[in-house]
Amino acid sequence: MTPSGQSRRRWLGAASASLLGAGAAGCDQVTRSPAVNRTLGAAETLNRRLQGLLAGSRTLAREYPASAISPDFRANGTTAPDSDAYRALAADGFRTWRLEIGGLVRRPLSLSLDELRAAPGRTQITRHDCVEGWSGVAGWTGARLGPLLERAGLLPQARYIALFCADTLELTLDGTGDYYETISIADAFHEQTILAYAMNGAALPVPHGAPVRLRLERQLGYKMAKYVMRLEAVADFAHLGRGQGGYWEDRGYQWYAGI
Amino acid sequence: MRGDRDLGGGRVLVHRHGLPVRAAHWLNALAFAVLLLSGLQILCAHPAFYLGEASRFSAPVAAIATTAAPDGASRGRLQILGWRLDTTGVLGASRDPSGQWTARAVPGWATLPSELNLGAGRRWHFFFAWVFVLNGLLYLAGGILSGRLRRTLAPGWGELRAIGPAIAAHLRLRFAHGEEARAYNVLQKLAYLGVVLALCPLMALTGLAMSPTIDARLHGLTVILGGRQTARTLHFLTAGALVLFLTVHLAMVVLAGPLNEMRAMLTGWMVIRTGRKAR
Repeated sequence: MTPSGQSRRRWLGAASASLLGAGAAGCDQVTRSPAVNRTLGAAETLNRRLQGLLAGSRTLAREYPASAISPDFRANGTTAPDSDAYRALAADGFRTWRLEIGGLVRRPLSLSLDELRAAPGRTQITRHDCVEGWSGVAGWTGARLGPLLERAGLLPQARYIALFCADTLELTLDGTGDYYETISIADAFHEQTILAYAMNGAALPVPHGAPVRLRLERQLGYKMAKYVMRLEAVADFAHLGRGQGGYWEDRGYQWYAGI
Repeated sequence: MRGDRDLGGGRVLVHRHGLPVRAAHWLNALAFAVLLLSGLQILCAHPAFYLGEASRFSAPVAAIATTAAPDGASRGRLQILGWRLDTTGVLGASRDPSGQWTARAVPGWATLPSELNLGAGRRWHFFFAWVFVLNGLLYLAGGILSGRLRRTLAPGWGELRAIGPAIAAHLRLRFAHGEEARAYNVLQKLAYLGVVLALCPLMALTGLAMSPTIDARLHGLTVILGGRQTARTLHFLTAGALVLFLTVHLAMVVLAGPLNEMRAMLTGWMVIRTGRKAR
């Protein structure tokens, strides 16, 4: 190539690189704008309402035969909370663990694992869909959340159930790095919404959320909190964590995870 | 359709695309671009594909992997069934804007947002999924009800019988610049029909099947698509087919006379060469 051809090539290369760079920088400004993200969030509201109409509050998620159970169901997120308190509970087989149910209820409860096992329960073999994109089938046995909440007596102002967990994913000074989730009352009363204490016939193992994890079968996996320590009925979740209704929601995920 | 305007010298301005088609075309182009880039962002969260209902992690049908070379450098690899390709620099391992090597399935210049952010990627994806679907439904409804779809895209038997010569002319990059340019050729008709009646609806359906709530209500859809993970794999394969279509589409626009083609799709008017006076 002639010298002028070479310099023309370099100039073209530099020009396109700076155009692309400017375009990318401009794109980044748009993607980081709070106003843009709020507008995009309108789709979540639309999906939640439309899917609510389409699926209603009672349609069950598909249940599978035992032959469909995945041999390699992945343990995702925290696989062992590293607090002394949790380790002590686990070492003792969760004998001293109590599930607190409080907040906007008439009769706060404190239930042991045995009491949960004795409560109205359900076994279901369902498919777990992770927000990352993978799926796994497993059998879950647990206490149905609806009857537990009826036992506690929800007050009329209660609109969400917040679940607080033993695992800390982010070290913070204000405690907003602990895992937590919130679900609607309607979802809490869904037939398949259980606090699972057993997986595939055996006690729920630590990597999968011992002593209990939530199952919320019509939504993505991040809603199904592991290492649940207490439940609280609340009127809204703006005062919890960073106000978006869950650990991952505080970090940009959608609160409604039906999609 | 408006009447022709004679430009003299054997050139005539013809009204080629109506406003509904043009509007739908550009809105779709925007939606597709955002869906593609945000889709690639989402892929970064789990760059492996499976078949069936659940994922067998030890045996994906395809995956983008990041590995470490003996000297510690990051290397990227695309694997499809048994076939492996070193994709260092693009897939699996790429340089970020500061020149630093990062382990990412898809490089930042091909994702929206450019930095790894699954939540934001999903936000863009689900908003523009609505733009894509509503625009598509309007386009199809309007086209079917007005008969425009049949008039402009349905190939005639004569055309289909003569598809061999049409392919040959296409491969020789012989483009229509005269009266034939008033309509799509048979290859265009088949390609566009495939896109609007098969590929785009499949994108929407495979996307819907991945929603846990839609799956609860319409599990039959997931079953027809082969299971949730097959639906996901099909979602990406169909997107790949659309990218292939887009590449050929853009190449043809450039080779057939980009200024004239862009004028047609922006203003509706296109220059054709005719020996006769305007109609």
